Amino acid sequence: MRQIEIAIVGGGPAGLAAALNASKLGARVILIDRNDYLGGQLIKQTHRFFGSKQQRASERGIDIALELAREVMSNEHIEVLTKATALGYYEDGVLLVEQAGKIIAIKPERVIIATGGAEKTLLFPNNDLPGVYGAGAVQTLVNVYGVKPGQRVLMVGAGNIGVIVSYQLLQAGVEVAAIIEAAPRIGAYWVHAAKVVRAGVPIYTRHTILRAIGEREVKGAVIAQLDENWQPIPGTERELAVDVICLSVGLTPLTELLWQAGCQMTFVPELGGNVPLRNEQLETSVPGIYVAGDVGGIEEASAAMMEGALAGLNAAASLGYTCDTLIDDRQNVLQQLAGLRSGPVGEKIRKGLAQCSL
Amino acid sequence: MRIEKHPILEFKPGKIVRFTFDGRELKGYEGETIAAALHAAGIRTMRESGHLHRPRGLFCNIGNCSSCLMIVDGEPNVRVCVERLREGMKVETQKGKGELK
Repeated sequence: MRQIEIAIVGGGPAGLAAALNASKLGARVILIDRNDYLGGQLIKQTHRFFGSKQQRASERGIDIALELAREVMSNEHIEVLTKATALGYYEDGVLLVEQAGKIIAIKPERVIIATGGAEKTLLFPNNDLPGVYGAGAVQTLVNVYGVKPGQRVLMVGAGNIGVIVSYQLLQAGVEVAAIIEAAPRIGAYWVHAAKVVRAGVPIYTRHTILRAIGEREVKGAVIAQLDENWQPIPGTERELAVDVICLSVGLTPLTELLWQAGCQMTFVPELGGNVPLRNEQLETSVPGIYVAGDVGGIEEASAAMMEGALAGLNAAASLGYTCDTLIDDRQNVLQQLAGLRSGPVGEKIRKGLAQCSL
Repeated sequence: MRIEKHPILEFKPGKIVRFTFDGRELKGYEGETIAAALHAAGIRTMRESGHLHRPRGLFCNIGNCSSCLMIVDGEPNVRVCVERLREGMKVETQKGKGELK
């Protein structure tokens, strides 16, 4: 049995920031990730971040991932386990991890769950055909491996991810036939949407996909206009010749470990699904278990890094570690989070978070 | 299906490795995933579903959804979207649940 002060599950932006901040106070940390690299989904984000300088605005996700991973790997207070899957968390406080076919039992004094989110799908006939991808899947294929998913894409969903991935497809030399959005207006930042529209990609709001066409693979898609009650309007069906249907219809938190650990959960549509109740410290209803990033509610990478920092500081502080600037550091992170969640853009998140505080 | 030119990214492929897909010899790059190499070769169907024998391919590409399970070197249920390609790998379409031999 391995004893450790803090175990962190997930090596994405939240987990990396948590590890760095906990170790900064002096705590000993094990960081566990099922991939063979660190950085989570940042490794495919080629766009520049928004926000303030402290939130790494104007840096690209791929560069942030490399920098954070390098800092973590060279930190002697942090032990990194990659290609390691957290299998479960049990009543006696034991976290079981599988690595290279072996089971490792870890008994941490604190746990930070930073497992992130997973792409949602959409119901329509033939949605299981090869050629129907999550938008993140396409982004990984294109930006990490330099491989095209197909020749011509229908993007479903005009939120930030749908629009950004559409632009990245254009950069990779893939044609985007259209972006469709069921809502009457797009959810993406206008600066990104303007880029794809200028490049000649139409965005159809109040439109949905009715079905995918194809026997063995996607050969096309039928789309239609929606009325005020979100019902397809007969006669508006249109067939698009596409070999890729890319679904960008939201993410949902990956909460399996939290359920298993017995954390109190609640369904919050604004945050993407079931999320854990948590206090201001980001501690769940199970003492000693903290959450950070998308597993606590779908937001974006800047917020995930801020939450990771907060969870890392709080978990370490709860073990008795401190430093001269601890109070200021915490306050600073809280202010930045409030800034990210301010205004009309953050309204949904604020509404969601109000439903899951302990 | 490989990207030739990109305004931001520079792809540095590893060395060329050979592998087989359902007996067919293919080439890919060491260090990329099996799924990426198959897509580069224009192959998007990875398995057949258990009950209705529907073709299935990649969905999440991050090792979460299990849509891309294939038989690799005789072992079924390998998530090829996160399994790295190596020289001489034998990759096969998985039909149904797969059996451990």
